[in-house]
Amino acid sequence: METKQAENTTQPQEIPKLTALVLEKFPGRVTARHTCLGDETITIPREGMLEVFAFLRDDKHCRFNLMVDLTAVDYLGLRETRFELVVHLKSLALGHRLRVKIPVPAEDPSVDSLINLWGAVDWYERECFDMYGLIFKNHPNLKRLILYDSFVGHPLRKDYPIHLQQPRVTLRPVRERYDYMCRVMKDPSETEQPPL
Amino acid sequence: MKRLKPLEFGAEPMLIEIGPSHPATHGINRLSTLIDGEVVVGMDVEMGFLHRGFEKESENSTYVQVVPYTDRLNYVSPLLNNLAYSMTVEKLFGLEVPRRAQYARVIMGEVTRVCDHLTCNGAMAMEFGAMTVFLWFIKAREYLWELLDEVTGARLTVNWTRFGGNANDLPDGFLTMLEERLKKVEDVLTEGEKMLFKNKIFIDRLKGIGIIPRERAIELGFTGPMLRATGEPYDVRRAEPYLVYDELDFEIPVGETGDCWDRFLVRNEEMRQSIHIVRQAADKLPPGDYINRQRNAWIPDKSEVYGSIEGLIDHFKIIMEGSTPPPGEVYHAIEGGNGELGFYLVSDGTGKPYKCRLRPPCLNYVAALPEMTIGHYVGDIVPIFGSINMIAGELER
Repeated sequence: METKQAENTTQPQEIPKLTALVLEKFPGRVTARHTCLGDETITIPREGMLEVFAFLRDDKHCRFNLMVDLTAVDYLGLRETRFELVVHLKSLALGHRLRVKIPVPAEDPSVDSLINLWGAVDWYERECFDMYGLIFKNHPNLKRLILYDSFVGHPLRKDYPIHLQQPRVTLRPVRERYDYMCRVMKDPSETEQPPL
Repeated sequence: MKRLKPLEFGAEPMLIEIGPSHPATHGINRLSTLIDGEVVVGMDVEMGFLHRGFEKESENSTYVQVVPYTDRLNYVSPLLNNLAYSMTVEKLFGLEVPRRAQYARVIMGEVTRVCDHLTCNGAMAMEFGAMTVFLWFIKAREYLWELLDEVTGARLTVNWTRFGGNANDLPDGFLTMLEERLKKVEDVLTEGEKMLFKNKIFIDRLKGIGIIPRERAIELGFTGPMLRATGEPYDVRRAEPYLVYDELDFEIPVGETGDCWDRFLVRNEEMRQSIHIVRQAADKLPPGDYINRQRNAWIPDKSEVYGSIEGLIDHFKIIMEGSTPPPGEVYHAIEGGNGELGFYLVSDGTGKPYKCRLRPPCLNYVAALPEMTIGHYVGDIVPIFGSINMIAGELER
């Protein structure tokens, strides 16, 4: 793919500082890296990704305390592993940024949730699930965020046609939702699905 | 979903649905609130009522066609969205922006930031019945919108930046008009401060409400005025200077506790600082071109299109296929009205973005709304919701 080539050609000889730190701590874990247009980027496998993220957050040379953005990209037909989870991190104390990418195959689109490392990822992961259908393991409340519960499919996948129309939401009794919300809010351990 | 233990009144907690269509939700948002007496013990926020599929639409548009869509993201500060998107594309293309265009962008961007904060603070005051302040602030915003109208041709949907510069130069007599308007806005700000800063009712309703401490705010991904109100001096303009912010002198106001009152004060002082920045930039405004006329990115003027074969070809190529950047990926962030406003673009070398993602600053704030609200009274939901400056267009895209 063309993107790959561009990444390889712009790769400088010397290894940037943050990438070097990760390489030293986790040898062989970084499968690709580049500093295309000045954005330092590493790609890591999803197995054991939580260790790498915990290291990035806690190490005194990294200290990435701000989770800036979490999203995914769908490379349908362009790459072997279809999805890629993209996380942007920023360190407020040290001022540097890092982009971490995790390839996720289409057959089993699940990754570990980062919820125990950064509280901010909660809604970002829900949105990612909503739009791309990635499953975040151990996320406490993985529901659709932007779209409604009876929506079929994940609209930002490349095989979702832009003009596809979904059936209108039928009118339903207010009472049904109200009773459901009452049950769920009063007992947080309730894992009931919302009424469609 | 978060909730407290029920109070010891023996009464069942009651669920009330606030919104989706409620005047205090500033747009459409549903707050399912569980109350015990008058105290909020649980809350679930439902959003998505204004989702327009910005990302999907962008993936099917050429790069320049996305600029008008960005106006509709944060519709209180549309020009800053234009700016964030254009600067990301420029980073991808490797385009230089002429210095005059950069100064003009700083001036217009800061004017827009003042509009944003005026709306937020005005609306916050209105929600306690201080209608006067709201009307004054909206009057001041109108002065600035007329200024935007003069330059861009539209009050709200400005669509002003292009790749490598701006759509047009600042018009004749702009600087005089700017100074006159800034004076008027400053007068309004002073009036507002006199009205509110010693108003016991107003301060009591805001102080100690909706506190998020510094560490927790960083953990929750807060940026912008919400983070600065907790005492963390993070401002993208200072931390990673873009445009010509490193040549301008300004201060970053910070709060102490991170409650609603601090957020109000931070926004108020930021308006003063923005006006200060605009004055400096207007003084230093250099002569020169307003756009980088580089082929492939610049849409040629009509005289060029009808007068030369190269112009015609460029015009045709850009309109039909779009400007083609090199393949790659890029993230660029600016300080938006609400916080760090970043765009993440993936290019596959064609004229349309393969992926166009906006990092919405107010998503984190709305996600933290239950945490800020639980334990307070129902009446406090309104100031807390006002202080986070939720803009549905940006939140739901």
